[in-house]
Amino acid sequence: MEKPLTALIQPDGKPLDVAGYERAGGYQALRKALTMAPEAITAEVKRSRLRGRGGGGFSTGRKWEAVPQGADAPRQRYLVVNADEMEPGSFKDRLLLEQTPHQMIESVIIGAFAIQAEIVYIFVRAEYVLAIDRLNRAVVEAEARGYLGANVLGSGFAVSVHVHASGGRYICGESSAMLTALEGRRPLPRARPPRSALSGLWGKPSVVNNVETMCNVPHIIERGADWFLGLSRCDDGGSKLYGFSGRVKRPGLWELPLGTPLNEILEEHAGGMQDGYECRAVLPGGASTAFVMSDSFDVAMDFTSVQKVGSSLGTGNIMALDHRRCPIGLLRNLEHFFAQESCGWCTPCRDGLPWVERILTAIEAGEGEPEDIETLSRHVTFLGPDFTFCDLAPGAMAPLGSGLKHFRAEFEQHISEKRCPWHDTAESWA
Amino acid sequence: MSTAEQDLSEAPLEEALRQQIAAVAQHAEYKRAAGLDALKVVQKRFGYVSDPHLAEVAALLEMTPAELDGVATFYNLIFRRPVGRHVILLCDSVACWVMGERAARAQIRERLGINPGETTADGRFTLLPIVCLGHCDHAPAMMVDEDQHGDLDAERLDAILDRYR
Amino acid sequence: MTTFLVDGKAYTAKPDENLLQACLGAGLDLPYFCWHPALGSVGACRQCAVKQYANEADKTGQLVMACMTPIAEGARYSLADPEASSFRASVIEWLMVNHPHDCPVCEEGGECHLQDMTMMTGHAYRRYRFTKRTHRNQDLGPFIKHEMNRCIACYRCVRFYGDYAGGRDLDVFAAHDHVYFGRHADGTLESEFSGNLVEVCPTGVFTDKPFSARYARKWDMRGAPSICSHCGLGCNTTANERAGELRRIVNRYNGEVNGYFLCDRGRFGYGFVNAPDRIRTPLARGADGRQAPISRDDAIARFSALLRAGGRAVGIGSPRASLESNYALRALVGAENFFPGVGAGEDRLLRLVAEILGCGAVHVPSLREVERADAALVLGSDLPDAAPRAALALRQAVRGAGFAHAATVKIPQWQDAAVRTFAGGVRSPLFIATPTATRLDDVAQATLRAAPADIARLGFAIAAVIDPAAPAVANLSDNLVAHARVCAAALLAAERPLIVSGVETGDENVIRAAANIAAALRARGKSVSLMLNVPECNSLGLALMADGQAGFEAALGEPAALVIVLENDLYRRAARPAIEAALGSAHLVVLDHSEGPTSHRAELVLPAASFAESGGTLVSSEGRAQRFYQPIFAENDISEAWRWLRDAGRAADRTTCEGWSTEDDIVAALAGALPRFAAIPRAAPSEEFRITGRRIASEPHRFSGRTAMNAVRNVRELKPPVSADSPFSATMEGFHGKVPPALVPFFWAPSWNSVQSVNKFQAEIGGALEGGDPGVRLLEARAEAALPYYTGVPETFARREGMWFAVVLPRVFGDDEQSARAKPIRERMAPPALVLNGEDATLMGAVSGEVLECEIDGGRQSLALEIHPELPRGMAGIAGLSAKAHALPAWIRITKAERGAA
Ligand SMILES: Cc1cc2nc3c(=O)[nH]c(=O)nc-3n(C[C@H](O)[C@H](O)[C@H](O)COP(=O)(O)O)c2cc1C
Ligand code: SF4
Ligand code: FES
Repeated sequence: MEKPLTALIQPDGKPLDVAGYERAGGYQALRKALTMAPEAITAEVKRSRLRGRGGGGFSTGRKWEAVPQGADAPRQRYLVVNADEMEPGSFKDRLLLEQTPHQMIESVIIGAFAIQAEIVYIFVRAEYVLAIDRLNRAVVEAEARGYLGANVLGSGFAVSVHVHASGGRYICGESSAMLTALEGRRPLPRARPPRSALSGLWGKPSVVNNVETMCNVPHIIERGADWFLGLSRCDDGGSKLYGFSGRVKRPGLWELPLGTPLNEILEEHAGGMQDGYECRAVLPGGASTAFVMSDSFDVAMDFTSVQKVGSSLGTGNIMALDHRRCPIGLLRNLEHFFAQESCGWCTPCRDGLPWVERILTAIEAGEGEPEDIETLSRHVTFLGPDFTFCDLAPGAMAPLGSGLKHFRAEFEQHISEKRCPWHDTAESWA
Repeated sequence: MSTAEQDLSEAPLEEALRQQIAAVAQHAEYKRAAGLDALKVVQKRFGYVSDPHLAEVAALLEMTPAELDGVATFYNLIFRRPVGRHVILLCDSVACWVMGERAARAQIRERLGINPGETTADGRFTLLPIVCLGHCDHAPAMMVDEDQHGDLDAERLDAILDRYR
Repeated sequence: MTTFLVDGKAYTAKPDENLLQACLGAGLDLPYFCWHPALGSVGACRQCAVKQYANEADKTGQLVMACMTPIAEGARYSLADPEASSFRASVIEWLMVNHPHDCPVCEEGGECHLQDMTMMTGHAYRRYRFTKRTHRNQDLGPFIKHEMNRCIACYRCVRFYGDYAGGRDLDVFAAHDHVYFGRHADGTLESEFSGNLVEVCPTGVFTDKPFSARYARKWDMRGAPSICSHCGLGCNTTANERAGELRRIVNRYNGEVNGYFLCDRGRFGYGFVNAPDRIRTPLARGADGRQAPISRDDAIARFSALLRAGGRAVGIGSPRASLESNYALRALVGAENFFPGVGAGEDRLLRLVAEILGCGAVHVPSLREVERADAALVLGSDLPDAAPRAALALRQAVRGAGFAHAATVKIPQWQDAAVRTFAGGVRSPLFIATPTATRLDDVAQATLRAAPADIARLGFAIAAVIDPAAPAVANLSDNLVAHARVCAAALLAAERPLIVSGVETGDENVIRAAANIAAALRARGKSVSLMLNVPECNSLGLALMADGQAGFEAALGEPAALVIVLENDLYRRAARPAIEAALGSAHLVVLDHSEGPTSHRAELVLPAASFAESGGTLVSSEGRAQRFYQPIFAENDISEAWRWLRDAGRAADRTTCEGWSTEDDIVAALAGALPRFAAIPRAAPSEEFRITGRRIASEPHRFSGRTAMNAVRNVRELKPPVSADSPFSATMEGFHGKVPPALVPFFWAPSWNSVQSVNKFQAEIGGALEGGDPGVRLLEARAEAALPYYTGVPETFARREGMWFAVVLPRVFGDDEQSARAKPIRERMAPPALVLNGEDATLMGAVSGEVLECEIDGGRQSLALEIHPELPRGMAGIAGLSAKAHALPAWIRITKAERGAA
């Protein structure tokens, strides 16, 4: 099984420097890309059926195609890499940033060439100190080797890469808010239309792609779309960084074919649950994905299949809810996160989520009321897609909506018994 | 925090810092885009961004204090009030919650006498909650200043805290 | 027009409208918060949610925000859809989560958009049972009260204050449900448009602080359509009265003039009406030399005796009095003895303005047209300080190019945030040439800092580039040549070029140069607009009436037996010694509403009505004649100056005012006598106007306490006053409903108690009022009229050894005589200052803040020094002193005060 994304990760945890990366075949894809027409790169990426690994699953090739090209198209153009990774339960991009910085740099140069962007921003969350440091070093090295700058490898193509460290706030990961953040404004999301491809950073055509998405690009260029399609176990192409956290024996990250079944990841890679813990459900791809219950663990972890069981692939980093943790408490924890990370722009999200959090807190504390379930359900509908300004609130409602369905009995038990059956374990390390 | 420190954090920025900020601004395509970076320069030096410093940075970026503060107060990692010598960012997101974040918090409260949002009386630590640190495979996790710590348990937590004076 | 369907019924709207605008325009009630017709849509509050259907077969539909949805031909929408309407109720429920529900003690209560929308969505029952978050409030200065707990985070305040008005000290802080709208630190809001926050905020976060101190509910106040009397622009206002006191001024929508917004001078400058120094009874100078109250009859007797006594009677009119009162004085003393009450310098400027605008060769724009200019040149005028509302209009004009740019990628003009992002720095060209920096410079393509003579030279040069037939400018510096070329090219490239100038520099050549540019553009076939600022609310009306007659100083040159001064303090307009000498032994009769040096000197003082106790007509700098009406019915001797003049005239057997019983009579007389004013009877309906036989009620339907209000003096209900001059009833009795736009006493409609109800009065949302915007334009351009080029290009400004060329630097707070009497305005007035270029100051050894001695027009003034790096060397700026009283601009000497040198 090929693992293009992680193949060059060293056992000692130190990333390859530029020379080591070159020796391992690095920057060959870039050399090849520079001989191709930009549209041909986009076409190849499109054919590879690479879908966004940031959670949305949008076709990368189609996103690139939307950028106006030609002599009278507006300049500058921007490529922005979404390395904000603040979705609770997700830790995949960090691995790539810390361990394969030159893969990241090579990816963005090819991406920038494909859409003819002159400036690249890599937007990294502030807490990823090591990643920021290694990226900055890689940029300097790449500049020294002529991969970056006014004339990339003598091709005449000019591009510069800037690593931007965020100041915290999950909303910055929303692609349009990320652009606003880069402009030095309060990072509020933007209304669509217009799409960023038309009016993005400083009103110029811009593309935002996830770290993992981008890191696939050199491999697609080097080895072709057909090879990429062959990596997966589903219709969409490529491998995927799957993760598992929670009370599993071996929490971690693995690069596996896209479409690997959930129970295979749990049992074969994460080593199954720790002794004395049962897995009741998982969040398959971060805090803004709906629960997948244990009876659906045979689901293939690809975009379409996970949707069929009522959830979404998200980041593909799975978090286990074991039977010793209160699902209401877990939901309260999730909704606390979303309420706190709401940007404060639109009403339902700004004022609805804190209400949801308080209800869940009350229920957990044995102070729930029967009407609370109806109020929560109303929020699930009214904080859904179309109702709110961006996808933060709908994301927040995904686990809650499924939780109300699958953990109905637990909700009712809390309310009628006026206590949390799990509460005693809260402050102990066990 | 010693009184001398505190005084400095309200006093005009020293020239070297001003130049560092000016360089950051120079680098940016548009000056206001450098706001966050410039605030971080100040925060790195003083631990937080005081009102007078915010106003100075704003002026260097041709912004008003209101404009820059609107950005500064949006972010949770720009501190607008003094913090301790070391800042503990304890992850309170879902994987850590499952794996024992509350126990870690209780232990910190017991050892240092602080709740999230508080600073120890000796100015050594400030405890703040933080969203998922992307270290879920080593939950529970926390950061102290710029260092990351995972797989926390009772002993590890004590040992880590001992390292910061 | 585009046809669209809402709940099965067809409506039409303009194709470039959004669905919210279209629904409101169709008369439908759709709630909203973050949208504002002048601010556009951002889709934040989610209150305007409706269902949109793909086609007839689509029964599910998709939820959309009406404000963010372009209407499409034949498209189907539903407001009634249960999901959409229940979501809209939920939005209110969320907004109410933290709202304090303090309506009974909230100044917004009864005219609160949030209350209206709450009722409209039907949300009535509170389900949220947890604690509310609370905020600390800020002291925002003398105009605005802050109560953040009421905030519903619609973001309108910051969008108005920052994006629309260019203010940079109000912002939003923090995130999620902690968002806070205020200043970085407590302190006075800097923008001269801060008062609009009161109307822009849909709830009670930003309220009117002076009003708060003499508060009454909207339904408890009489409303009168009024005209702002604090600058020349003629913004439309509503004046609210209760218990004989003027309580507040609010904006009165006029699509062509002020739209939705006023400046703070206009909103907060009315305090003089209620002030203790009001003249409330006639005063006569007794044998002891003191002024003492006398009866109305005695006053008329004394006045008529003076008129009968013979000798030359001179009338000095006023640029702040109505056309009616000015005309009454003119009629009483005769045209040849009627002089405009402005100083010689200002008189020359105003006569020039009247000559240029009056000749009919150029179009004088309304403020709405200023907003639509696609290239503009400001010659000499510091607009934010001298004519603030015009500056706000120009600030919008520069967005034109950005709108056009956004349209190329199909971003509609109303999609505010998207337009701003896409347009970035794309702006329509605006050039500003002034002696020093202005608060509009941030949106200008280029600015020039120069002495008035050089500003004039630039203007002449631009005209000569545009049309070589215009007089050329000799020895122009390369810099100015280049600048002139850039300006000329931009103006020529525009479809709607605009030239703005005015009396601010005190230099006629600047105005002549502006006229030449307009004439040159016209010669090149451009439809150009020329706006010339004048300082006071009837400056242009008076100049047009004076018809070439020189300012009052000329009148005083010849001995007169009697001088009648109408609503004027001459000591603000000329130097004291000259006035003393000239008035000499003549009998002085003063009609005014407030005391001052002129009234103190008078033998007879008659209490004239202010704008709040009378009706009248004013002519704005646009040449728009507009009527104002009286909110206050005074129970004292105060009456319109024209009535005093008429009665004295009658008592002296003068026939000039025969038949003047109502204001309509005198308006008709004026219109008949002076062809220039022929149109003024059309400015508003006559006194006889009735609807279904009834007068228009000027008090709201729910007016309360009218017996109780007077009960301390009289337990019987007093007979209500009757307005002799207007079709208003002074009470709540009378017609309520759709009235002609000039006669709207308050904007109020079923379900719409807040100012947003203006939607229900507009022919088109954000456009003209139904029935046409009020006022009548007196100066329409005519194709055949010609404007010959002015010649006499001035020499380059040359510095003089040991002297400074001093000009007035206008200030929004303090320059206007009337508003400077209002307490909140006084709090915003800075002490008078002398402004110098830094290098000049250094050469003198003077530092900022130091008090220097200025020798101006023979007098001495001690002024604190302010340094403006942009002021040209050799010039001095004088701010905060009555320019007219010091005969500026002029060469002055500056010396260091004796002790200052140490
Ligand atoms: C609230 C919110 C947070 C998000 N955070 C991230 C993030 O941290 N990283 C990321 O790649 N995408 C994130 N996304 C998705 C991005 O908006 C966007 O879809 C993605 O970066 C596009 O890249 P892709 O097409 O390569 O997946 C977030 C979306 C929302 C609504
Ligand atoms: S967001 Fe639209 S959605 Fe809301 S009012 Fe504002 S008006 Fe509408
Ligand atoms: S949940 Fe704590 S590191 Fe992810």
